[in-house]
Amino acid sequence: MVLIFADQADGQIKKSTFEALSYGSKLAAQLGTTAEAVVLGAVDNASLEALGNYGVSKVHHDANAAFNQFDAQVYTKAIAALATQAGAKVIVFSSNTSGKAVAPRLSANLKAGLVSGAIALPDTSNGFVVKKNVFSAKAYANVQLLTDVKIIALSPNAFGVHATGGAAAVTAVSLPADGGKIKVTAVEKVTGTVPLGEAELVVSGGRGLKGPENWGLVEDLAKAMGASTACSRPVADAHWRPHHEHVGQTGGAIAPNLYVAIGISGAIQHLAGVNRSKTIVVINKDPEAPFFKAADYGIVGDAFDVVPKLTEAVKKLKGIA
Amino acid sequence: MKILVCISKTPDTTAKIAFTDNNTKFADAGVQFIVNPYDEWYALVRALELKEAGVASHVTLLTVGAADAEPIMRKALAIGGDDAIRVNAESSDSFYIASQIAAVATEGSYDLVLTGKETIDYNGSSIGGMVAELLNQPFVSLATKLDIAGGTASLSREIEGGEEKLETSLPLVVSCQKGMAEQRIPNMKGIMGARTKPLAVKEPVAVEALTTVVSFEMPPAKSGVKLVSADTPEELIRLLHEEAKVI
Repeated sequence: MVLIFADQADGQIKKSTFEALSYGSKLAAQLGTTAEAVVLGAVDNASLEALGNYGVSKVHHDANAAFNQFDAQVYTKAIAALATQAGAKVIVFSSNTSGKAVAPRLSANLKAGLVSGAIALPDTSNGFVVKKNVFSAKAYANVQLLTDVKIIALSPNAFGVHATGGAAAVTAVSLPADGGKIKVTAVEKVTGTVPLGEAELVVSGGRGLKGPENWGLVEDLAKAMGASTACSRPVADAHWRPHHEHVGQTGGAIAPNLYVAIGISGAIQHLAGVNRSKTIVVINKDPEAPFFKAADYGIVGDAFDVVPKLTEAVKKLKGIA
Repeated sequence: MKILVCISKTPDTTAKIAFTDNNTKFADAGVQFIVNPYDEWYALVRALELKEAGVASHVTLLTVGAADAEPIMRKALAIGGDDAIRVNAESSDSFYIASQIAAVATEGSYDLVLTGKETIDYNGSSIGGMVAELLNQPFVSLATKLDIAGGTASLSREIEGGEEKLETSLPLVVSCQKGMAEQRIPNMKGIMGARTKPLAVKEPVAVEALTTVVSFEMPPAKSGVKLVSADTPEELIRLLHEEAKVI
């Protein structure tokens, strides 16, 4: 059986989970077994049944309020107990903020080989080999998992969400929930936008925009597209934009379907954070900007002239002009 | 309170990535190696700040690696730290490395183990969680703030679309990222002093690896940029809609 950790926050299943479920059910089909999910904490029944839409036949749900706040140590114990009890052979996580905390703990707990940042289904022709991003996605490694039970943490946006239709059977379970030492005191969410790591479209600005007062250019285009906004390191360091918008080697790493870079030269450290984007558009007045080498589409031109025209064209396309 | 800071040797961020031996080995000829930036800028500097604030009494740096990791440990010691330990083993499987760190942490009774959020070469983001599980301690991943007072640790960590603030007890394992501290440039006194700081070499404990890298490969090359004239930006939007199908 393939067991997928279906991650929730505030009772809502996280978007990255749907991708992990899609991956896990495809993997189960490949291995000729079933895919099941585990959900910890309060989530309504309709949302649990709806996980069947991503290919799982069964959802193990423990509604214990102790799981409503996240503690990797407690979650690990619960998932380890279920995995052992239900006979899971492969356990799948999204390599999101919870997955990065729980998957390694579970690996050490079960002595189960872990590959994190996986980008493809395993090759089982000779063992169990999973491809993952290494060197900040500048290369891939093929990793052999040597243990009987295996853990895969999927790189967000690497596999995509595949809805199959259908509803899952929900089974209430009672898992160990004791021993927690973490007390969450506050949660601060950036409101109004899609979390950068989950965004499908991202518009990003760099030093070429000359100052925070010009950020309307980026925001207008993002708004027209329905995109989230991001920025390069110098922009965050100069406090033109908040640090959580910084993408690159030392900021966040993202993999949206579309990344539009405005006035960003494309230093290798910046590319390390965005090179997994499916389509990259670069707008820069310097034709020698290194970013053009990594781009799919580009415009050599002045952002102050080009970007408003792009915004108008997007509005026209969407019929919101 | 004693802090153990885990240090990894990684290729420089601008190093050319290539492989040899039938794509099984990183081509390190001519590559400059550095202290993994997350370990150095965030984990190590925050540990030093906690010592300067009188919260910590001792900061030890630890690496799992062969003798060629020692210059990197001296570089890290130039920024700060009281002493260093190298576990004499080729760095490979995450669980193997985490087991070595856990053994050192147990033997030295450290109150706090700090790691960077990931290494910039393997991008595993796994060591901290594994160490915490092996030590049966709480783990806070992707932390952006860490303060300690009266035996309680107060932290912030990244979550999807925001930050979570939390409290927990020591002993504790934390993986550190941007926000935790600011990069420090070592001064001449630090560089000179680093030469004589104790660097102990320990032999590894016996552990079976759970994974092994079979091969590396390079991503398929981009087919090249398609340039659109600055006079017709609307053409770009048409291409994104009709050709790339992303909007």
